[in-house]
Amino acid sequence: MNYFLTEEQEMIKELASRIADEKIAPIAAEYDREGKFPHEIVEFLAQSDLCGVYIEEKYGGLGGGVFEMALVVEELSRACGGIALAFAGTGLGTYPIILYGNEEQKQKYLPDIAAGKKLAAFALTEADAGSDAAGIRTTAVLDGDHYILNGTKQWITNGGEAEVYTVIACTDKEKGARGFSAFIVDRDTPGFTFGKKEDKMGIRASSTRELIFNDCRIPRENLLGREGMGFIVAMKTLDRTRPGVAAQALGIATGAFNAALKYSRERYQFGQPISSFQAVQHMLADMAIQIEAARALVYQTCRYIDSGAKNFSKESAMAKVMASDTAMKVTIDAIQIMGGYGYMREYPVEKMMRDAKITQIYEGTNQIQRNVIALELVKELSSKRK
Amino acid sequence: MNIIVCVKQVPGTNEVKINRETNTIVRESAEAIINPFDEHAIEEGVRLKEKTGGKVTVLSMGIPKVADLLRETIAVGVDDAVLLTDRAFAGADTLATSYALAMGIRKLGEFDLIICGKQAIDGDTAQVGPSLAEKLGIPHATYVRKIEEIRDGYMRCQRMTDDGYEVIEMPLPALITVVKEINEPRLPSIKGKLKAKKTEVKVLSAEDIGADLNLCGLKGSATQVIKTFTPVHEVKAEMIDGTAREQARTLVDKLLSMQFVKRT
Repeated sequence: MNYFLTEEQEMIKELASRIADEKIAPIAAEYDREGKFPHEIVEFLAQSDLCGVYIEEKYGGLGGGVFEMALVVEELSRACGGIALAFAGTGLGTYPIILYGNEEQKQKYLPDIAAGKKLAAFALTEADAGSDAAGIRTTAVLDGDHYILNGTKQWITNGGEAEVYTVIACTDKEKGARGFSAFIVDRDTPGFTFGKKEDKMGIRASSTRELIFNDCRIPRENLLGREGMGFIVAMKTLDRTRPGVAAQALGIATGAFNAALKYSRERYQFGQPISSFQAVQHMLADMAIQIEAARALVYQTCRYIDSGAKNFSKESAMAKVMASDTAMKVTIDAIQIMGGYGYMREYPVEKMMRDAKITQIYEGTNQIQRNVIALELVKELSSKRK
Repeated sequence: MNIIVCVKQVPGTNEVKINRETNTIVRESAEAIINPFDEHAIEEGVRLKEKTGGKVTVLSMGIPKVADLLRETIAVGVDDAVLLTDRAFAGADTLATSYALAMGIRKLGEFDLIICGKQAIDGDTAQVGPSLAEKLGIPHATYVRKIEEIRDGYMRCQRMTDDGYEVIEMPLPALITVVKEINEPRLPSIKGKLKAKKTEVKVLSAEDIGADLNLCGLKGSATQVIKTFTPVHEVKAEMIDGTAREQARTLVDKLLSMQFVKRT
């Protein structure tokens, strides 16, 4: 399918694809096995100017948007959905600054992120605040020129590896979700430490850790937006980054499909390649249909967002659900086509299946996404009736 | 520091066609890439420039299409690209090629260092670099794996040999040919690619560089390709039997007969 990318988008895709094939694919299995963080891949991304594709040019980026970010995530994820997260997780941690940072905050943080000198992370989730994000307990109390942070964030992508964290904390318990605020926290701030690195089923090259704030004093000027805007900051950020998760899922699905297709031509049974059997052909056809349909939705959603649309929660959620459900199904079918070989660690598709699963869970479970979609549908209908 | 990097277009490894009459590669049809060793030469040039300032110019002799490949080198940090192209250059062997390159370099003016890849993956001769240095009357070192020091008028580098390396000191301007161990070529950058798109490759003809047409191309070539094959490099070992004393005697006799040692 021709998606009519601009020349610059083509360049971005081509370079990300080169990094995926030449640099990531050869190490993906090892990094998955050993849970290594891909610092050198980040350096390649930095060298190629890809770290800042979604950051404004005046801060050293390429001036693209969600679509450019998604193109990079998709290509990298074809080779490894875990390694791609060093980039995608940084996007998630950076968007709050892009959307709500003041000029000083942008000047201070964005150039280093665009240059790949710093990674970022986004910290919302806590032990008792997952789908119900309103349940967060981390507090931030103003004390003179500083806020004092206390609490523990859980399952934070790029935890420990990122230098810049955007953290959602409660500044006014009385007000519930309206009492949340967003802060930028530097990694080396005293009172800020990290808990254990999680041992995960998939995306094992990505670092997932607890962030522990113990009387952590951060300068008042690190507040993003105003007090009480934290929940909005989080929701508006996630609306923009869900297509990134969708792109990750799309990349994983494409990687698995390519492996299965290639295998089906090489594997001979009953004297012929298994690609000549209709049972296999139909599976391959269905996989290709689903991937292409998901890609069309993801790309169009990205373009809609980048066009300056105001409300795109529904579209963003649809893209994420569609692509992640597709990735799950396609990776399972890829294993099925490859049979016993597909089940073995020597072949890449079992890892892709493990990596795919998280895309149905994080940045809002697919059940929560469906809630969002349904809610928007009802809202749209009732606004028409008025 | 003014650095010139000489590069060659070679066929990608996928499909290579040979012209049966001339026994040379049909360059128009094959997918073209920059000779992989030359990528290391470019990288070294760009690294030197980043350290010492100055500029890097890539230079090639080839068909007009080579301009596209040269333009791509801008994306990895090269400043200028120059292509020598002319029907008169066609069919050049290493002698005629190094003549044309030397004339081109004279036309470009002052330089401190010329860097070439150790050899091209198609012809595998490894002759153009040294031959070019001779034509320009400058010192050269081949198979360089590391530049230890470089400053105005002086360089010290490590030259790889079969069983180790030599340290070579040379005055500048000089020429080196590099092995792939010298560095890891960087990936292009988007900003570089955008710059490359706007860059014009300077194209020079035989006339532009004041070349004597009798020394160019097929006319200026001293060699002719009759057939191509991979040379076999065999070391024959002979095992000497017997007691230690007998073995020693046999060995000494052999060394004497081969005049490696002399009886005193």
